Amino acid sequence: MIEIKDLWFTYPNGVEALRNISLEIRKGEFVAIMGQNGAGKTTLIKHFNGLLKPSKGAVLVDGVNTESVSVAKLARKVGFIFQNPDNQLFCETVEDEIAFALKNFGFKEAPLKRRVTWALNLLGLMEYRKASPFMLSGGERKRVALASVLAWDPQVVVMDEPTIGQDYSQKEKLRQFIIQLNTQGKTVVVVTHDVEFVSECNPRVILMSGGRIVADGIGKDVLTDVELLTQASVVLPQVTEIFMGIKDLEFPLDVIDLYEAKELLLKRLGGK
Amino acid sequence: MVIVEAKDLTYTYPNAEKPALDDVSFEIQKGEFVILTGPSGCGKTSLCRCLNGLIPHFYQGELKGKIVVNGLNVVDHPIHELAMCVGLVFQNPENQLFALSVEKDVAFGLENLGIPRKEMRERVNWAMETAGIMDLAERAPHELSGGQQQRVAIASIMAMNPEILVLDEPTSFLDPVGAKKIFGVISKLNESLDVTVILIEHRLDLVARYANHVVVMDAGKIILDGEPREVLNSEKTRMLGVGIPKVTRLFQLLEEQKALHSKKVPIMAEEMGELVRGALKA
Repeated sequence: MIEIKDLWFTYPNGVEALRNISLEIRKGEFVAIMGQNGAGKTTLIKHFNGLLKPSKGAVLVDGVNTESVSVAKLARKVGFIFQNPDNQLFCETVEDEIAFALKNFGFKEAPLKRRVTWALNLLGLMEYRKASPFMLSGGERKRVALASVLAWDPQVVVMDEPTIGQDYSQKEKLRQFIIQLNTQGKTVVVVTHDVEFVSECNPRVILMSGGRIVADGIGKDVLTDVELLTQASVVLPQVTEIFMGIKDLEFPLDVIDLYEAKELLLKRLGGK
Repeated sequence: MVIVEAKDLTYTYPNAEKPALDDVSFEIQKGEFVILTGPSGCGKTSLCRCLNGLIPHFYQGELKGKIVVNGLNVVDHPIHELAMCVGLVFQNPENQLFALSVEKDVAFGLENLGIPRKEMRERVNWAMETAGIMDLAERAPHELSGGQQQRVAIASIMAMNPEILVLDEPTSFLDPVGAKKIFGVISKLNESLDVTVILIEHRLDLVARYANHVVVMDAGKIILDGEPREVLNSEKTRMLGVGIPKVTRLFQLLEEQKALHSKKVPIMAEEMGELVRGALKA
């Protein structure tokens, strides 16, 4: 779905943000991109919908080079939810906000209404549909931004830090929601610092540091590699941290899941 | 000494149907590190807005009951007076920064107070040093990353030497290492300068270790208010969908199976490790 070949990117001010990135993301995959602030995560995903174009190398979305199509065209395929919802909200009501892009994409009245209702329900925003997005809390605004993108049903959904400001049950909803998108064949790319969220979702994890990809694999491998994580300024999942602290007791060290931890400990500790 | 006291506090935003705060009463002692948590929209942010008078002076609406901060009844004192003792750090640092350089942003509050130049210099440097932004002094705040901006916002509040520091999810935009650094800074301010900290946070995994008082809210009401381990281990907290530390949840799951016992409920990975080690030895 997304194919990146030898991508380099330098900002006009001379900052080299991406260095020789090669990457393939298949249709229906769920990918988490992690790494410290300034590692190049956001710069990378901005190449997915042509907001940025490579300084060197190429980015292909669904087989099409991003250099050869407009952002507006790519946006229909690749929906973006930014880190700060305030950068993408501007309408007077939540409902108008969700309808806005649909109008731009030329949806007719009836399907437009259906999609708005669908998106409002999906993200639990029905009761706020007449409210101003700016009267809502940060977490709620984030959901409005998500609803407004999902309404036009893009093939790829890119979310920059979707868990910021979300409480635990909303994160759980988001997790189920991403799984649901995945099963519909949608590709989901999430940029996040939230190691607990990632360890619960267990996606493919791409770790970035200094503009490069330093690891790419399953969560169980990447999130338990202390050396790599330190290099990328990512902390261990709390469950992993427990086992790392009692290495001498010879438990497996690649545990990220709470329930796996429970079973392992039960086996050794006994119990009822 | 009680530094914040709320009694039967009820507040409704203009044109809102339901109150954002519904008959809330609590006390915070000077020097406490308080975590305020609860589902999105539960009233946490509104409660914090009461502490420096944004509610009712800026947001208006209807306020009933009493809220006293550092001896000042909030209703009777204007925001600028309350701001002298309550520093507020918001979720989104962009809303808080506006100067042309980081240094000027950090100095802004002090300039308005007419602090002598030499003292201002010292306080600005101390605040930038503590927040780890010394190397950004000459940079323009809007060019910085979200995480760096939040550290600038925290530094500019710290330069004011507030009695009470109120932080609304201050590390949302920071990477985990950066977040740990900020929580370390806040905790140091709390311990060494006796600054009272009120922290709104969902990610209890990260912050439970620093707190000595946890308040859980839901639908405008206070549901639990007490010692962190007790509150975090409460069935009520978990049923509300508050994300208790994974360590605590793991302990609960093992305790249910009678595989592990402890009077002191673990909230940090190292505590859990020691519990397991002890149980295996026994």
